[in-house]
This record gives sequence, structure tokens and C-alpha cells, in this order.
Amino acid sequence: MSVLVNKKTRLICQGITGKVGTFHSNGAINYGTAFAGGVTPGKGGQTWTAENGKNFPVWNTVAEAMREGGANASMIFVPPAGAADAILEAIAAKMPLVVAITEGIPARDMYAVKRALEKNPGTRLVGPNCPGVITPGECKIGIMPGYIHKRGSTGIVSRSGTLTYEAVFQSTQCGLGQSSCIGIGGDPIKGTDFIDCLELFNADPETKQIIMIGEIGGDSEERACAYIKAHVKKPVVGFIGGTRAPKGKRMGHAGAIVSGNTGTAEAKLAAMRDAGVFIAESPATLGATLLTAVGR
Amino acid sequence: MKIHEYQGKALFRQHGVPVLRGIPATTPEAAEAAARELGSPVVVVKSQIHAGGRGKGTVFADEACTQHVMDGGVKVVKSPEQAREIAGKLLGNCLRTAQTAGTGKRVNTVYVEDGCAIAKELYLSVLLDRAVGAPVVVASADGGMDIEQVAHDTPERVLRVHIDPALGILDHQARRLGFEQGLTPAQVGAYVKTVKSLVKCFLETDADLLEVNPLVVTAKDEVVALDSKMSFDDNALFRHPDIAALLDPTEEDPSELEAKKHDMAFVKLGGNIGCMVNGAGLAMATMDAIALYGSKQGAFPANFLDVGGGATAEKVTTAFKIILKDPSVEAILVNIFGGIMKCDTIATGVLTAVKEAGLDRPLVVRLEGTNVELGKKLIADSGLAVIAADDLKDGCVKAAIAAAKWRAEKGMPPREALPEPAPIAYIPKKKAAAKPAKKSKPAKKAKAKPAKKIKPVKKAVKKPAAKTSKKKGR
Repeated sequence: MSVLVNKKTRLICQGITGKVGTFHSNGAINYGTAFAGGVTPGKGGQTWTAENGKNFPVWNTVAEAMREGGANASMIFVPPAGAADAILEAIAAKMPLVVAITEGIPARDMYAVKRALEKNPGTRLVGPNCPGVITPGECKIGIMPGYIHKRGSTGIVSRSGTLTYEAVFQSTQCGLGQSSCIGIGGDPIKGTDFIDCLELFNADPETKQIIMIGEIGGDSEERACAYIKAHVKKPVVGFIGGTRAPKGKRMGHAGAIVSGNTGTAEAKLAAMRDAGVFIAESPATLGATLLTAVGR
Repeated sequence: MKIHEYQGKALFRQHGVPVLRGIPATTPEAAEAAARELGSPVVVVKSQIHAGGRGKGTVFADEACTQHVMDGGVKVVKSPEQAREIAGKLLGNCLRTAQTAGTGKRVNTVYVEDGCAIAKELYLSVLLDRAVGAPVVVASADGGMDIEQVAHDTPERVLRVHIDPALGILDHQARRLGFEQGLTPAQVGAYVKTVKSLVKCFLETDADLLEVNPLVVTAKDEVVALDSKMSFDDNALFRHPDIAALLDPTEEDPSELEAKKHDMAFVKLGGNIGCMVNGAGLAMATMDAIALYGSKQGAFPANFLDVGGGATAEKVTTAFKIILKDPSVEAILVNIFGGIMKCDTIATGVLTAVKEAGLDRPLVVRLEGTNVELGKKLIADSGLAVIAADDLKDGCVKAAIAAAKWRAEKGMPPREALPEPAPIAYIPKKKAAAKPAKKSKPAKKAKAKPAKKIKPVKKAVKKPAAKTSKKKGR
């Protein structure tokens, strides 16, 4: 078992003919992800050739990709100005899983995406501004370096890409490996949040322990901790980035900002302590903390 | 991106929000002329800086706030001559307010505005509710106060209504806010019109914050925006070149602007360890870790710098130069976990930068991830005195020590140790005890600090007894 993606996932890439879309479509294919093709409006009917020499179809619309290619997941590499529309197209086509990697989508565009998701509960959006989702050995959707992953028992959820890699790397090194890893992204308005991932990991028998990496801004870590306290029996290891961030400053991610008294690292750490989460003092100690949490 | 009050009011005007007549001025003479042109018996001269609490602020001649000039950055005057005199005291001087973090901000512009007869002061803001994923309008009858204080002391006096961004605020929503704040039917009519225009302004300009404090009801039952605070979604500025042009570079840190030009995020933090990291999360964690592991040597991050996921060698070179420009940097820590960004790309960038800009301060590099061996080899073969680190903790410790050594070599006294940060690591008691495997755990292995030691820390945070709502002053 795993969460969100597995061998049955059949992936397309929206924005496949772009440089970044091409690069990461190859990354997915080389990892072994079942790949159906891509969508670039206006280039339908063309053929896209992967590094491994295989040819894949390009469609004009997501609806066609689903009908003809049997796709059930889409990763989005469309530039910011058109990315929300690409997500909305995937939702309209009833795509079950949409992973939006694009960084820099205007918040106002995401309001519309949020409303569309509420009306179409059949679609799950991960991101935007995220590294993607991976189930080691089965399916990789996104920009993470596949080789650092190892199939195992840790479920990882994070708002940051590179911190996810740290968590993956250390959980691989300490021998526990990962069941699935979900980068939920650094934007203030997003699809899947911590709580959703915790629910999934909590229900997944393969996941024995969870790493949750948050950062300053918003209160989704606090809400997630309330859920952990009430429902999660598996050990959870946590880390919060931005303890030293000055108030009112945006720290790289659009969502990483302490506004007024909300979104502080202190409040998130307090919520984690209250929920019985094992807290790592820095990313360097994630692996050691994980071992402590599982009692090794 | 933030703008000034007078710029915000121009946007308000464009969107049909009632505002008073006003003219910005950058010299005392222009302020006098502005007051004359307005021709009112009472006008207000308002300092234009990107910070609230201006009325209650203090004016100094210097940024360090040692030479006092006068109290108050917003002044009511009764003649054009007086407007000139007050503008003379504000322009070119520095205004310190509760929001300027202890230093003064240089006043380069004043806004000369009509006075008005106020019947009621209200509060209104529009911002993003992240949890809901929609804009929320926040209103209160306690205008002119610090809204966070009002929300803390009397939460029932803060009203909130979520809006559908496609529709704006609906009449009945605005009406309800008006009545619940105790306005008369005639006032509510005007309130609905003004609030609808403000929400329209927020949505159409891709703002991420619009705050009017106070929003006033005049003696004639008009509802007028007496103040304006706006900031915009940086991700949407590409749609609004007119708003992007309102950026006041004197309000921004030059290094932050330079970084932004190259599509990188930079925040100055004031310490001695410059850092260059890929990814915002890791960059934040790196700055936290420097403060955590380097406190003994008095080390603190000089900056937050995320070079981004798809950085090129040129971008890395630029980032390096920005860091080296800061004279308080005594050592540099490069922390890269290569995903899309390959370690050899980073290494090439660092080496190019060092060759171009020269390396006069110690450099610690921690590389991990894609092409790590290639990257490490490039640096080792370069013959440069680069200190290699194994992991993030090792990197922070080495950078802090290298900085201390560098100071010693320059004949500078060592930095004072910083108070050790509050412990972050936490091992929950109950859950660990519930684990049957716990007994077999070697006692010291994870150098876990006992939970007991950590708990008392929270107590120290208690704030001094809060004064009941402090007046912001208009």
C-alpha cells in the first residue's frame, strides 16, 4: 500500500512541450512511472519523444488525454499566468489527481481553483508551488530526485521541497525508507493540506510513522496537530522552519510570512508539543529523531 | 509589494472610494503650495512611510533615533505657512513608529490632505483568509485602534465576512456589517457603497492587503477612507505594470531589490554568517540552524537567500556577489540539497563567483543530492580554501568557528556569545513510554533532551499587561 500514487497511476503532463515539462516528464518515465503523454493546447496530434526513444501523444485538451490516453493523474508545468486555468481544465475534465508544480500563481487565480475543487470533490489537487508526490519504486510525479528514495514505512508530508529531500535522505539512511512522500507546497492557497495527508497516512497500513515538515505562516500546522492529537496513533516527527524569521517578511515562499500574531513558529511548535509530536531541532537531526520516535 | 498612503488613495479614487482631497509634496515649499491650493481652514500633513502608527510616532534627525525633532508624524495645521514649517520638520528626517523595529524611516514625501468633521471612526480591512482560500472583510466599530489589540481584548467587536471573489461583497453582507457596527440607516447606505468600492479595489488590483483605519463617518453621513494601507500579491504584478511602477526603492533594501531582479528571494537579517541555499524551506531551516548551533561564537545569519530550484551558474554568481557586498558577513555558508539543481552547477557557480569577486572571507560548503560527487570534486580540485561540511549542523558549526577565526586574524575582538536559543527538540513523554521497544533504546543515543527541561521555557514569553486599545492617531 501507499498513498495517492502507485503502479496504477497513469500520468500526463500539462505543458509537456515546454523545457521544464519535457525535463521532468523524462524524469517520471525514467523512474518507471506509467506515462500516457501530454497536453499542450495547439500542439495536439504531435508526437513527443522521450529520452528513452519512446513516442508519446500530445493532446490539445485534458479531456482528450483522459478519453484516449486513459490518464488518471496530471502534473502541471504550465507557466504562472496560465497555470490556474490548466488546473481548472483538469478539474473540469474530472481528473482524479492533479499535481501542480508551478511556482508564482497569483492568489486571486487560486481563489477560483479553490471554489472549483469544492464543487468537484472527485479531484484532488496537490500544490501548487510544490515538488510533487512519489511512492518509491512505483510512481514519481514531480521534480524530486528519485534516487534518494527507498521504499519503506515513513510517510512524509512537507510544505518545502528541499526539506522534503532532507527528510527522505535521512529516512533512507537510517533504514526506515518511505511509503509515500507528498510535497503540499509553499503557497498560501493550496489544494491538499497537512490534515488531508495525515488522514491518508493514518489509514495506510504500510505507513508506520510520519514526518511532517511545516514552516511559518498560516495555521494549517496547528489544525493538523489538533487532528494528530485526536486521531493519529502512529508516531509523528515534526520540524518547523523559520524560527528566526523576522515578522512581516515573506521568506521565499508566498505563504511563509508571520502576519501580526499569526503564523509564528512558536505557536506551531507549541501545537506540536501538545499533540505529542517528536520535534527535531534542525533538519540535521530528522533521522535521529525519527529513530527515537520508533523506539530504536 | 507595499505602497504609500497617497498612492493607495489614488487607487481608491480610481475605484470610486470616497477620499478627501490631498496633494503629495516632497519639499516644504510644495507642502505650503499644496495647503494653499486646498484652501481649507484645517489641513493635515502626513508623513509617507511604509509603516503604521505614524501619528503616534517620533521624528528624529537620524536613523539611529538619537536627535529628537518632534513628536508625531502626522500633524494638523491651520495655515499654509504652518504646513511649510511642519513639512520642513518631517521631510528628510526619520520617523520611528511602533512598526519600524526601533529605527527611524526617512520621510521623503508628505501628503497634505483636507481636514474633516468626524462623527464616527470605524475599521475595515480586506485580506486573504488562508484557511478558507477566499478573501475576508474584517470590520470593527473601534476605528483608529490597533485592531490586533481589539481582537485580543474584545473579540466580539471584530466582525468578519467571507466574500466570493467572483461577485465581490454583496449588498446584504455590507449592510449587515454596517448595522452591526451601530450605524444609522442613512449611514449604512453610504457605508455599503464605500465598502463595495473598497472590495472591488482589492480584487481588481490583486491586493493581498487593503486596510483603512480609520474609515470615518463624517458629520454629513458620508463614509470616507481617511487612511490607506495596501500591499499587493507579488505573483500578480505582471498583470499590473502601473502598480509595479509605484514601488518606492528608498523603502526597500537594495540587496533585496537586486536579488528580486534575478528572481531570487533575499531577506537581510543582520548577523555575520552569509548563507546561500536552494529552496525556501531549507533556507529558513539553515538560518535557524546557524542561530542554534553558532550561538556560542555569537554567530547569527546575515541573510536569508533562496537561489531557487532552477538556478544557473550565473544566478549563483550573482547571489554570491550580493552576500559578499554585506560588510558584516564574516563567513559564508553554502547549503545545497540538489534536486533539479545539480551540485556541480552550484559548484561551478561558486567557483566562478569566487574568481570574479575574490574570496576574502571563509567559505563553508555543504553539498548533498544530485551529482554530489561531481560537485565536491570540482571544489576540491579548484585549489581554493573551501571548508567542506558533512551535514547542516556540521556546516553551521564550521561557519561559526571560521567566522570567529577570521575576526581573530583581523585583530577584531571575538563576538559576544548570544543567549542560547530556547530548546526546540522535544520528545513527548507519554508516547515514547507507550512504545514497548523503548527499553531497548540505548540511553544517550539521540541526545534527546528530557521533556522536563523544555517546558518552563514557555513561561518567559508572557507579555506585560496590555493597555486597553492604544489609539493609532490619524
